[in-house]
Amino acid sequence: MGSAGMFFQHLMNGLTLGGIYALIALGYTMVYGILKFINFAHGDILMVGAYIGLFVFDLLRGSSPLGPWWIAAFFIAMLVSMVCCAFLGMLIERVAYKPLRKGSRLAPLLSAIGVSFILSNGAAWLFGTHSRKLEYPFDNSPISIGSVVITPHQIMVLVVAVVMMVLLKLFVGKSKMGKAMRATSLDGETAKLMGINSDMIISLTFGIGSALAACGGMLIALDYKVYATMGTMIGLKAFVAAVVGGIGNITGAMLGGFLLGLLETFGVAVFGIPQGFKDTIAFAVLIIILLVKPEGLLGKVEKEKV
Amino acid sequence: MLNFFLLILIYTCIYAFMSLGQNLITGYTGMLSLCAAGFFAIGSYTTAILMTKFAWSWWSTVPVAILLSALLGVLIGLPTLRLKGDYLAIATLGFAEIVRNVINNWDALTNGPMGIQRIPMISFFGLKVSPYSKYGFLLLEVVLLAICWFLLERLVKSRMGRALEAIREDEIAAASVGVNVTKYKVVSFAIGAGVSGIAGCLQAGFVLSVSPGSYVFMVSIMVLCTVVLGGMGNFLAVMLGAFIIQFISYLPQLIGLSSVIPAQAKQIIFGLILVIMMIYRPQGILGRKKRDNSRAQAFYDQANGDTRNAGRKDIGLEESGAKCEEEGRV
Repeated sequence: MGSAGMFFQHLMNGLTLGGIYALIALGYTMVYGILKFINFAHGDILMVGAYIGLFVFDLLRGSSPLGPWWIAAFFIAMLVSMVCCAFLGMLIERVAYKPLRKGSRLAPLLSAIGVSFILSNGAAWLFGTHSRKLEYPFDNSPISIGSVVITPHQIMVLVVAVVMMVLLKLFVGKSKMGKAMRATSLDGETAKLMGINSDMIISLTFGIGSALAACGGMLIALDYKVYATMGTMIGLKAFVAAVVGGIGNITGAMLGGFLLGLLETFGVAVFGIPQGFKDTIAFAVLIIILLVKPEGLLGKVEKEKV
Repeated sequence: MLNFFLLILIYTCIYAFMSLGQNLITGYTGMLSLCAAGFFAIGSYTTAILMTKFAWSWWSTVPVAILLSALLGVLIGLPTLRLKGDYLAIATLGFAEIVRNVINNWDALTNGPMGIQRIPMISFFGLKVSPYSKYGFLLLEVVLLAICWFLLERLVKSRMGRALEAIREDEIAAASVGVNVTKYKVVSFAIGAGVSGIAGCLQAGFVLSVSPGSYVFMVSIMVLCTVVLGGMGNFLAVMLGAFIIQFISYLPQLIGLSSVIPAQAKQIIFGLILVIMMIYRPQGILGRKKRDNSRAQAFYDQANGDTRNAGRKDIGLEESGAKCEEEGRV
């Protein structure tokens, strides 16, 4: 394979991984934009989403043979999982974060860590510690285009990720709800005075973020397995992606996600970083970004007042 | 049964060291660090490597372990200084993961995932402190813990301690009254890290083997839980918290139900503790809300009556601290 072919191959792999990071990073960034706090439990919502998706998909496809029905079942499962996770996200917000909104900044973060622990260990308790396989809803044999090999799964990930991002971008940018969301993010108190129901907007933000996480969870579960702690590492990396792009900025989260995916793929494949240190790349990137440009690539510098 | 209780006490002491360190960093300086496992690992591996490969005595490895952990603390502190609460938490978490990653992959030094076995026992003037006779080990721990506690109590009552609390309450306000925020944050991180490192030495001396599996994120969460449960900013309280947390985690074995209660139950309980404590009692079991208020009030009265005697800076700090606590901040 020529070096150009190799390059496109890694590019494709990196973009796929990045697409998933970006989807999950959106949840972090939206919540941070409005509440200024990191929803530590986001990665575990992703895990719950993957489990729900897995169960619904297995239930729907039953023993039917591989075919178009599987693809339909997969997307129905995805939809169900997204809706369930949206409600889960709203529930968590109501129970564990809302009472702490007026307290110190440390309180919701600690509470979120607690929720994350409850979710991941609760899942390990209910579903066992073994990992499960989410079957591909289609024949996942690679297709070669020129010298580049692409799996249908990669195409689906990219398509779903891009569609979700475009929808979100349209929703936040064009709809009335999105406008209210932006207003709340800009200045919650003033938005309230203008008649925006900020509690509802916050709930909505959690709902949308969690739904996107569930979607990302199902996409990643196809390539990796479904297990109780699957969300921890991927959640952390997605958070890194959100910070790299500039936390609170939706376009930034997408950019950061793709960038991180590419960096990880190229870091291992081209720069020869040992596979064992793959996870370290993300954290090293995070620390460098925080040192050089703490507000992220597209973030705005915030002046803090006493 | 008694043996088991001693075991709980031994682990309480090990975690108490980490909680003391975490309390200095989080409780006093207000920086949320999730790196306890990292410092713990550095301490353990320093002791393990020096004792097995270089035949050092346990006592001489302790200062090295403290220094190395403190160095990691500075390394983390310096780049992450500009970060506020939540960013700092993730960055420190990242550091702890990097430490574990390195331990897991640096086979030549750390023996990779296998870990290091057959660490010699601690000896004290020719007397072996065997982990099997638990009383001796516990005594050693309690003595070290008492020294550590005393020094830390002195530290937080000093000028530095007041500076740390000022930083916790309001960084910008602290800086504007002349507190060198950068310096104190790094020093706080380094000391906290060093103290946590001692826990690692003790762990290595007690279990007599180390492996990367003992230094997972869960450890950092347990330490954080300990501090939150006991009460942030109170050393005695966090040690009490360490005991409660250890008691909860060993309770199934203690009452002989470990086969019925799944292993996840205790971690779910820790999660619940964090959430419930934050909502209903953010200051922990032994909160320090009242005492601080009255002290600040005394300062205030004194200042109003006689402005010559009271140091102006101190009044300002105590007052702002009291105000924040009245608003129910942690």
